[in-house]
Amino acid sequence: METNLCVAGFGGQGVMSLGKFLADATCNSTDKNVTFFPSYGAEQRGGTANCFVVISDEDIGAPLGDVMDDLIVMNGPSLAKFLPTLKKGGRLFINSSIVPDKIDREDVTLIKAPVTELALEMGNSKVLNVIMLGVYVGYTEVIEPAIVWDTIEHKLASKPKLLPLNKKAFEKGLELGRAQR
Amino acid sequence: MEKIYTRTKTIQEDKVSGFCPGCMHSTVIKLIGEVLEELDVVDKAACVLGIGCCGLHMDYIAYDNTTAPHGRACAVATGIKRANPETLVFTYQGDGDFASIGLAESVSAANRGENITVIFINNGIYGMTGGQMAPTTLIGMKATTAPKGRDPKEHGYPMHMCEILNQLKAPYYLERTSCNTPANVNKTKAAIKKAFKNQLEGKGFSMVEIVTGCPTNWGLDALKSLEFIEEKMLPEYPLGVIRDRSKEEV
Amino acid sequence: MARVFMKGTEAVAEAAVRAGCRFFAGYPITPQNEVPEYLARRLPEVGGVFVQGESEVASINMVYGAASAGTRAMTSSSSPGVALKSEGISYCAAARIPMVYANFARGGPGVGSIQPAQQDYLQATKASGNGGFRMPVFAPSTVQEAVDMTYEAFDWADRDRTPVLILADGVVGTMMEPVVLPEMKSDEEIAAIKASKRDWACIGHKLDYAHRAWIQPGQWSTTKMQEVNEEADALYKSWKARSEEYMVEDAEVVLTAYGISGRIAKSAVNVLRAQGIKAGLIRPITVYPFPYDAYDRLDYSKVKGILDVEMSIPALFVEDVAVAVKDRCKIETCLCSGGNIMSRDAVIAAAKKIMEG
Repeated sequence: METNLCVAGFGGQGVMSLGKFLADATCNSTDKNVTFFPSYGAEQRGGTANCFVVISDEDIGAPLGDVMDDLIVMNGPSLAKFLPTLKKGGRLFINSSIVPDKIDREDVTLIKAPVTELALEMGNSKVLNVIMLGVYVGYTEVIEPAIVWDTIEHKLASKPKLLPLNKKAFEKGLELGRAQR
Repeated sequence: MEKIYTRTKTIQEDKVSGFCPGCMHSTVIKLIGEVLEELDVVDKAACVLGIGCCGLHMDYIAYDNTTAPHGRACAVATGIKRANPETLVFTYQGDGDFASIGLAESVSAANRGENITVIFINNGIYGMTGGQMAPTTLIGMKATTAPKGRDPKEHGYPMHMCEILNQLKAPYYLERTSCNTPANVNKTKAAIKKAFKNQLEGKGFSMVEIVTGCPTNWGLDALKSLEFIEEKMLPEYPLGVIRDRSKEEV
Repeated sequence: MARVFMKGTEAVAEAAVRAGCRFFAGYPITPQNEVPEYLARRLPEVGGVFVQGESEVASINMVYGAASAGTRAMTSSSSPGVALKSEGISYCAAARIPMVYANFARGGPGVGSIQPAQQDYLQATKASGNGGFRMPVFAPSTVQEAVDMTYEAFDWADRDRTPVLILADGVVGTMMEPVVLPEMKSDEEIAAIKASKRDWACIGHKLDYAHRAWIQPGQWSTTKMQEVNEEADALYKSWKARSEEYMVEDAEVVLTAYGISGRIAKSAVNVLRAQGIKAGLIRPITVYPFPYDAYDRLDYSKVKGILDVEMSIPALFVEDVAVAVKDRCKIETCLCSGGNIMSRDAVIAAAKKIMEG
């Protein structure tokens, strides 16, 4: 069993952290093989950002596969760029606040979450990635939600003030994800 | 009878120097050896040789030495010193090595204030390769690669390394000396001793620039080359202490 | 031992620290900046020295100096930066100075691209500097391998007084994977390693011409020059190549690849096998020395062809493969370049084409 995930969006949307939290949690709590591969460019700010996570029971070949099982899209341009890589029957997670939900593919499952708006409602636009991570874990159950939260908690250890908000964001995402199963 | 002079033990007796008659490398190397013995630091000395005539003595000095790639002596010295701070590390470089191909390494080591010593031999010409133009070649001076003489319009002006390094904050001690007279030889020895002492006291970057001759490639005999130093080189490269932070500390 | 999730560059840096590396000099270049950044923080914690060199050239020469003082020393870079280091690497090889360096290779030639590639194969294995020397070259395909190879490289370097190269690439450098880190060498062990080099280290000796340290990257005597090269050549010939041979016993199509392409080719073998195609893999673990013997062990009565898989155009690794195969079967290539990562689907399609004849 192998899952190839691509996370894509604007720089600043926490795309890399989303992928890293998931991959790190997998490493810490399972015997599975896991890779995290960030796209990297010459620019330090702005532009698009994307990363790839592979979780597998077998040895992993490329940390960036030819075909994606799951795709998380945080902005419009990323949808156009990465939708063709999503396999038939693949799962598409969109930030429905800013990504149009008219998808020109019938053969994929669409999971929607208005994470930009939700984050703003929670008072911090930066937690949109944690909400989306919750949506993804809640929907796919790829790993235990509690393990993912432990990883986030560990990574944010130096900023304890941010923990309650992130916890709320993650749980909101889980709820949204589970609701669409 | 009182013995007033003993040959330095740092130079191996049965080896032959590869230097031309009238070359001052041998003088400077002798001075370095004497200073090492007088400071009783031969057993902690490591010399980083440049490429060119400045490396010709590697076979007859009796203390530790290594050869850096052309121009990289200050980087190699940085590595040795940082890895083993107890070692007295000094580079021995010519003008092509220190001021041309190694300019980045030289200026950067000085700018970091590396606790090393540079002995910089400035004779205004490439010796080993046969008389090509150096960054320190005088205006009008002929070289095999400047057959009509150095022309500022084409080749720029002679580089003054002491003055260039004096623009940096970190260097501790910069002095220019020569070996064209007995008095200047003594001053050179004193400068080398001071530069080594600075390092032993952890003061940082010291450089002694020594204006010397190259009779062979200047096309002069040994005596005439001394006159050339006095009349042509020293007006361009005035001798003296350019920077001495110890004076500022008092 | 617990596994930790680490980026390739940082894992290599930590492995070096654990192996007793106490000097690093480097210069920024993508995609390996985390190596100097990590070591700028980490080395001072263990009493080591980090220097940001003014250039790649200066950095390798600082390493040449530090290693000449007997300290375990390292530098790292990526393709164009490694080219600049070639002078210093050659000096280390000539003077028999042990040191380790890593190349997280990117696209080329020229400034190329900052994306991962395997375009430095010939430079790494045949001519990392002037003068015709050799050195061990490890080719990690996973972060774990990069860690283990870095740790071992310091021992190999010291044992044989040679530079050792970790030939990685931008994928292995920037990806994160679980790794089990090797044991941290104690300060006593590190001091003992340094002390073992005291005789030849250029750090000062009692006044005695015969026993001074004389680091010689060159020779005045032509006779001595030949002797030195003959001695080095005997050393090079003593080195044993390593490879991974995977499902080759009954293979009808054999994929061959190193580094990042090696693991992608291996996953292609699994897919092909699942489809009933008898595929196998030869993956050199050292690319110098090259595991020519692995190709001799193939059953050429069964093998229809060999597929060379590499992220380089033109194909470079294939030159060693061709020497190894000695015309016993055909060799096809599956290539990509410019920063694109090898596509497993493309590898599978190319392997199937060989099977179709």
